[in-house]
Amino acid sequence: MGNPLRRSLSLTRRGFLIAAAGSGVAFGFTRAGLAQGAGPSGMFEPTIWYDIDTDGIITVNIIRAEMGQHVGTGIARIVAEELHADWDMVRIRHVDSDPKWGLMITGGSWSIWQSYAPMSRAGAAGRMALIEAGAALLGADPEDAVAEAGQVTAGGASVSYGEIVAQGDLHRSFTPEELEEMPIKPVDERRLIGQPVAALDIPEKTDGSSIYGIDAVAEGMVFARPKLPPTRMGSVVVSIDDSDAATVPGYIRSIALDDPSDTVPGWVMVIAETFTAAERATDLLRVEWTAGETANTSEQDILDRGAELIADASEGSTVVDDDGLSDAFANAANELTRTYTTASAMHFALEPVNALAFEADGMFEIHTGNQWQSLILPILAVALDRPEESIVMRTYRLGGGFGRRLNGDYAVPAALTAKAIGGPVKMVLTRVDDMRFDSFRSPTVQTVRMAFDGEGQITAMDHAAAAGWPTGVLLPSFLSEGLNGEPFDGFAISGADHWYTVGAHRVRALSNDLANKAFVPGWLRSVGPGWTNWAVESFMDEAAHAQGADPVAFRLGLLDAAGRNSGTAPDSIGGALRQAAVLERTAELGGWGREMAPDHGLGISTTFGQEREMPTWTACLAEVHVDRTTGVVRVVKLTIVSDAGTVVDPDSSTAQVEGAALWGLSLALYEGAHFVSGEIAETNLNTYTPLRMGDVPEMEIAFIDNGHVPCGLGEPGTTVIAPAIGNAIFAATGARLRHLPMRPADVLAALAARD
Amino acid sequence: MTTFRLNGQEVTVRAAPDTPLMWVIRDELGLTGTKFGCGIGLCGACTLHVAGRSTRSCITPVGDVAGGEVTTIEGLDPEGQHPLQLAWIAHQVPQCGYCQSGQIMKAATLLKDYPAPTDADITAVMAGNLCRCMTYLRIRAAIKTAAAAMAERAENG
Repeated sequence: MGNPLRRSLSLTRRGFLIAAAGSGVAFGFTRAGLAQGAGPSGMFEPTIWYDIDTDGIITVNIIRAEMGQHVGTGIARIVAEELHADWDMVRIRHVDSDPKWGLMITGGSWSIWQSYAPMSRAGAAGRMALIEAGAALLGADPEDAVAEAGQVTAGGASVSYGEIVAQGDLHRSFTPEELEEMPIKPVDERRLIGQPVAALDIPEKTDGSSIYGIDAVAEGMVFARPKLPPTRMGSVVVSIDDSDAATVPGYIRSIALDDPSDTVPGWVMVIAETFTAAERATDLLRVEWTAGETANTSEQDILDRGAELIADASEGSTVVDDDGLSDAFANAANELTRTYTTASAMHFALEPVNALAFEADGMFEIHTGNQWQSLILPILAVALDRPEESIVMRTYRLGGGFGRRLNGDYAVPAALTAKAIGGPVKMVLTRVDDMRFDSFRSPTVQTVRMAFDGEGQITAMDHAAAAGWPTGVLLPSFLSEGLNGEPFDGFAISGADHWYTVGAHRVRALSNDLANKAFVPGWLRSVGPGWTNWAVESFMDEAAHAQGADPVAFRLGLLDAAGRNSGTAPDSIGGALRQAAVLERTAELGGWGREMAPDHGLGISTTFGQEREMPTWTACLAEVHVDRTTGVVRVVKLTIVSDAGTVVDPDSSTAQVEGAALWGLSLALYEGAHFVSGEIAETNLNTYTPLRMGDVPEMEIAFIDNGHVPCGLGEPGTTVIAPAIGNAIFAATGARLRHLPMRPADVLAALAARD
Repeated sequence: MTTFRLNGQEVTVRAAPDTPLMWVIRDELGLTGTKFGCGIGLCGACTLHVAGRSTRSCITPVGDVAGGEVTTIEGLDPEGQHPLQLAWIAHQVPQCGYCQSGQIMKAATLLKDYPAPTDADITAVMAGNLCRCMTYLRIRAAIKTAAAAMAERAENG
């Protein structure tokens, strides 16, 4: 299945222009359809990707949000590689939300995958022009000149890029055809990619000088905190009594927001001179609401609704639907059916959501950290009743994204408040507000069935998954169409369309309508693959044991790259054989099959990361110890191998896998919330308990770097951990866990059920 | 009005004495390296030093530091070259970076109390500082590197 949103990110064919700009030279793609040979006046309209000044400083524009993945460094390095730049001269600049940059979204582990080819060619085109201009300055034939580390050299003489920009007559244009033919360097000629390079954004994150959304200021701003309604949607303000709130020194006023976009129904904003005053006045403010229809909805209601949808074979969208599935089950000698569930899981980005908003010079400015400016701008336009072109998002560092800041809903109440009072407003949510307003990971239910023939061969696999659909709620136009014509959210089912050969395969995606009404389902780090693989990989383990097979050998037998699992060049070249390779390497590295101490066990799992079209082949071997008295699971070691094609930056790739895997561990054992009476019950660290330093196991992380197209690494590590741990608990104790998170009480219950 | 010393300079603030020190430093004094995370002293993002001891500034009323000496991440080292800061860069610790001021300030007092910390010492002292990007492996490694650098400096100094 294709993801329409990811597809829309692909740059259309464009030409490339190099021309004088300001005190330097700009290098950029032309806007699609721009006449060939347009001069500098056209130059400032198209997307300028980087510039070089007369000191030779190269500044690369970054349209991706910086939230810990050092994305700017990764993208700048791709340009610098082909430009033959001196890395010490490279800088990055994060840009605002001007439409000239095209679709702005940071998520899906897409950034490096999507940027690689165009940014490589942008660098190569620049190098070619610099060599030509440099050779002219040196009085040499460009054929005899070479570029190296920011210098053009010919006949023993050199001229720096800065000098070429200052003296040379640097202008050049490339047609889309010329650009597309520009060769990208083979692996063995790379100088920067694959080498450890210090991330450009790190020093400022060690001395307090990095500026996040919550640090934004505007002259004369006041502070605001929301008084949140009892349900996320559908609440209506009946009355507001601020007689107690008004006693707080610095209190200004409270206003019920009038929101034409219906993003924040029932919100009352409390405005004060300081944040502390706003915080305290909000606690004292009395608001009466009529609550929305989900005021009594619980976590169990949502799970029950999911199970009910799965049970009705007429429901849902078929994402995979091979012929012969019904016959295979009708004629099966054996069948295995299992149901897996996951609890609500929160983003808990450490920086609570916030936004500073004001109108200045006819523009409405929103200052905040955001992953997806293109999603929220049209909504802001409706909320503020003004053209999108007159609203600009100024993007700051993100104190954690993890998918929360894909949904920029928090920009809306800040903007509405600024409009209502006619001045700059900085809205900050407290931690409790942030949790209550989170667009969290939906509770999920999945049922997996497998049919076996008389010889124990697999003849069919049927997987149904029900969840709240983030894309369905926030961007329905980006739903995909299933084989039965029904829409589905690719983010909420990806992973179920695995690379195993299982005979007739069916995948059914179900939108949990109760979840979609009760809260705003969100994309949470790894999204669907974070739960679909919990089912697939736990189930594969159960199926292997049911067949008396070794779980690694069982999987390898199914990863035969037959038919559609053979892969497609360039992104998934090699297909399931690459998944088999990471699985084998992981088993070998982690010592699969070695002798275990009592109550210790090894569990394996393997996934393809985020999407079939850009697979990051990943496997994990977990060693756990289970305390049979307390039910406490201690993860002793995680061994993780990834094949993401080319590793652009080994150190930051390792960092991404470390972080993603520990997110997976946290979601497996420590993080789960409960939806109670229309709201999340766990709203701060006294009840919501993410992993801490003492919970970190020994970790061994390896890559298979094969020079193929680079794929994302921010999320795949998350997808393999929970099933590996669940499978290891089974290996250690014979107790099978089928709900996330796996709390000690669940372990004890599973142990008791086994006895 | 409360007067105290902030990073070596005397400051006087208008905020009511029961205002959390964190908001006073961030919003009235404009030093934003100290971060707001949970507001109940459980994440450590707001960690700074009061009289050299690590303190959760989100639950410390500004009135309580009257006449005291407060140090924030901006004042840990005038050039941002404290051995911990250098080790944080060498190990490429920060991802989003939001918690790292608090991590570094906490680690600074850890190294005062335990100049050669064991893994157990590090876990015990740093357990209260949440890192949502899960950079814990690198925080631990960087603390050990900084401890070694400080020991060497003490030996040579």
